[in-house]
Amino acid sequence: MTHITRKATRHVNQNEGLIFEKSSAGKAAWKLPPLDVPEVDTARLLGSSERRDLGNMPEVSEIEIIRHFTRLSTWNYAIDLGMYPLGSCTMKYNPRVNEVVSRLDGLANGHPYQPEKVSQGALRILQTLSECLIEITGMDAITLQPAAGAHGELTGLLLVRAYHHSKGAPRKKILIPDSAHGTNPATAAMVGYAVENLKSNAQGMVEVAALASQMNEEVAALMLTNPNTLGIFEQEIHKIADIMHAKGGLLYMDGANMNALVGKVRPGDFGVDLMHLNLHKTFSTPHGGGGPGSGPVAVKKILEPFLPTPVVITKPDGTLGFEYNRPQSVGRVRAFYGNFGMFVRALAYTLANGPDGLRQTTEDAVLNANYIRKGLEGVYDLPYSTPTMHEVVFSDKVQAKKGVKTMDIAKRLIDYGFHPYTTAFPLIVPGALMIEPTESEPKEELDLFIEAMKFIAEEVNEDPQMVLAAPHTTRVSRLDETAAARKPVLRWKPDQ
Amino acid sequence: MRYLPKSPADREAMLKAIGARSIDDLFAPIPAEYRLNRDLKVPRQMAESEIVDWFRERSRENGDDLTSFLGAGAYYHYRPVIIDSLISRGEFLTAYTPYQAEISQGTLQSIFEFQTMISELTGMEVANASMYDGSTAAAEAVMMAARLTGRRSVAIASSVHPEYREVLATYAHHQGMPLSSVSFTDNARLNLDELEKSITDDMACVLIQSPNFFGTIEDVAAIAEIAHQRGAMLVVSIAEAVSLGIVEPPRQADIIAMEAQSFGVPLGFGGPYCGVIATREQYVRQMPGRLVGQTTDRNGKRGFVLTLATREQHIRREKATSNICTNQALIALMANIFMTIYGKVGLRELAKQNLAKAAYAAQQFGKHAKLLFSGAPRFNEFVVQTSEDPYAINNRLLEQKIIGGFPLKKFYPELGNAALWCCTELTTRASIDAAVSSVAEGERLAKSSKEQADVQEVVR
Repeated sequence: MTHITRKATRHVNQNEGLIFEKSSAGKAAWKLPPLDVPEVDTARLLGSSERRDLGNMPEVSEIEIIRHFTRLSTWNYAIDLGMYPLGSCTMKYNPRVNEVVSRLDGLANGHPYQPEKVSQGALRILQTLSECLIEITGMDAITLQPAAGAHGELTGLLLVRAYHHSKGAPRKKILIPDSAHGTNPATAAMVGYAVENLKSNAQGMVEVAALASQMNEEVAALMLTNPNTLGIFEQEIHKIADIMHAKGGLLYMDGANMNALVGKVRPGDFGVDLMHLNLHKTFSTPHGGGGPGSGPVAVKKILEPFLPTPVVITKPDGTLGFEYNRPQSVGRVRAFYGNFGMFVRALAYTLANGPDGLRQTTEDAVLNANYIRKGLEGVYDLPYSTPTMHEVVFSDKVQAKKGVKTMDIAKRLIDYGFHPYTTAFPLIVPGALMIEPTESEPKEELDLFIEAMKFIAEEVNEDPQMVLAAPHTTRVSRLDETAAARKPVLRWKPDQ
Repeated sequence: MRYLPKSPADREAMLKAIGARSIDDLFAPIPAEYRLNRDLKVPRQMAESEIVDWFRERSRENGDDLTSFLGAGAYYHYRPVIIDSLISRGEFLTAYTPYQAEISQGTLQSIFEFQTMISELTGMEVANASMYDGSTAAAEAVMMAARLTGRRSVAIASSVHPEYREVLATYAHHQGMPLSSVSFTDNARLNLDELEKSITDDMACVLIQSPNFFGTIEDVAAIAEIAHQRGAMLVVSIAEAVSLGIVEPPRQADIIAMEAQSFGVPLGFGGPYCGVIATREQYVRQMPGRLVGQTTDRNGKRGFVLTLATREQHIRREKATSNICTNQALIALMANIFMTIYGKVGLRELAKQNLAKAAYAAQQFGKHAKLLFSGAPRFNEFVVQTSEDPYAINNRLLEQKIIGGFPLKKFYPELGNAALWCCTELTTRASIDAAVSSVAEGERLAKSSKEQADVQEVVR
């Protein structure tokens, strides 16, 4: 542990139990105004439906709640604290003006069913964001309704199904490269499609010959992430699109890695028929510890009739409104109009950037990833030497010889003041270290990261046991996940 | 660009280190014919002050000074200020899904507390970390029931939120799940005779909502008995979470699919909200979504981790219980803080105020127009039927800066000129009285013009 001085240092943090352990009868953090209508006899109004007991709900005061959650918050790592290089997650800066504008009264307190006459502001936001995203993706139409990336995939495949159905038959299969994110096959199954795997070639790209032989009239679509999860741009994308289209299939793009493309190239221009975006990745809306996300789906003209209802339209009098009468629509995928608060934030981000800012953002994201790649080449094994875009994937091949795996290196990185990179996939790289710095990192932070990764590689050689026991500086050491799953304790109980 | 932390010299130095001549070298993998050689046609880069002004304008156009009687699945409750103080802490706001438990204990422990409180309030044994919203939670709960029973068809109360039913129809369509509808009686409760007749041995579950779309509390025990007798599960959707403070939870349900928006989440024109699924412990392995469990570290210290991940897409891929990945964690944190603030006593008092306001308003409206569905207990919503078109009433009310009840024609044309009104603790007596007098005036006019018409009829 001699090296850990450059970025991180230990400091005191507070212990804190569960909120239920602080509760005692009679404490309160609430106060209601006096009732301005007559009191009611609850027993008379509700009869046997009246609830008498709320169980083990806490009773605590306001200062205790502030301290409780503030203390808990200090146990988290966050982008606000430093680099968060999770591959495929695009952990970029979350601008604070986004938070301010999303809390403006008319937007935060707007009811989804308020008359259109007094919803023009919200409708204008939906329309403006839609126009921006259509231009950025090079598509023709969009739905903002899906609540997250996986929900966008679901919506996208429903569109695929509806499209093929209108042509006669919904077809049976979805092709998915072996490098894909786990949501792709899970989504295909939810929409009733069989999944067929597509092998990658030695360069980490789709094997075009294999695609050609696997493509037939049973295949509804190919779900392709581009750049793929190795950070590699599919250079033969035009051939891929042609093969799909020649047999009547569709090309679906998972937009998880759109941060490598915005302002530089548009999926609609290279043959993509439909795609989802992750506003919580590319468009800076906060991840919030696991959501909310937002997964708009942009489509080419041929798929527009099938978009979920409602869609925003300009009415003859020039005002905006919702249109519900769309006979070919796949239906609704969520109540109301989607995660509107995320639309406000994504649009604020787009306006803060403008065309020049969006392009520079993409360039910096790609620059940062290549800088890390250069810095760590030779230290960690690079399974694919193909040029990479916004993220780079190494493997633990060298370190595994000492018994140290990618997860151990990741845990040790915590001691150096960084969040780990992604370890779970792509599945085609055993022991993957998937690193996506995003544009939000200054050169200094990248240098510290590279230095930390080099130090860890040295530590693996000199003292692998120490790395295997990492992290050493956190409140808790590695947790027993096996025990957690074997006998799940999913809630607090008073007798614990 | 003010979000980008690099000087031109930094970029030069980095390119040099990489061995690239210019940034274009790094984009060489993109075939030249597809590269965009122009600016995107999006608005020009704006200063922060311009962005705030632009959205302020949109906020004003969106009626930022109105009093509303709308509920129907989205409720206007007071949000204690500390919710935003706490969720704005960067450590909560800008953290990812807590896969790295050692540096995510804050998020993990708070989700564990959320799961506990949702379980307590719903009377269920376990709850998950969240779903997208109430509508998708209901659809996923139905899919879960189908997996658990190995059956396919579903009976849905027509008093379930119409948009929830639409979402379920979308999800079920491609799973080959036949859906049938069960109507309501004149007290708005589920028609038990019809349920009994329509239920089959192939039925995975019965889906109801309570309080239902009309605000009426269902006889959950009676419905559960009918469903369980035929081996079907009972799935109960709860759209108005504050009702749990004073309404007995549907303990007889097998799965509860809830919308927690009422717990401190802004209306936000429909989202983001916070769905959640709660169920019995024996069914947990078929539950979709993330779960946090308690465990210990190497030194025996208590800690929390994401658990039972073998249900999820990143492990199981096409065999997962759902494709859900990102959920609504920050919104669940809002709900968590809200539940902590009101707690055991406050939540009941809050619910009681809602009950009292709605009871008063219903009584006042009832003096001038027809109150539908009396005869079964309600929470904070009620249905008023008028002679006058509710859209006309609402146009008149809007001049007084009041948004009237939700006209039911859109979803229930058979109810004619009926509207669904909602009162919460924030609805003032003054606004109720103003809305009532406007409705009363409309009814008087409608009545007198009808009388005149009748008189003319007689004369002719």
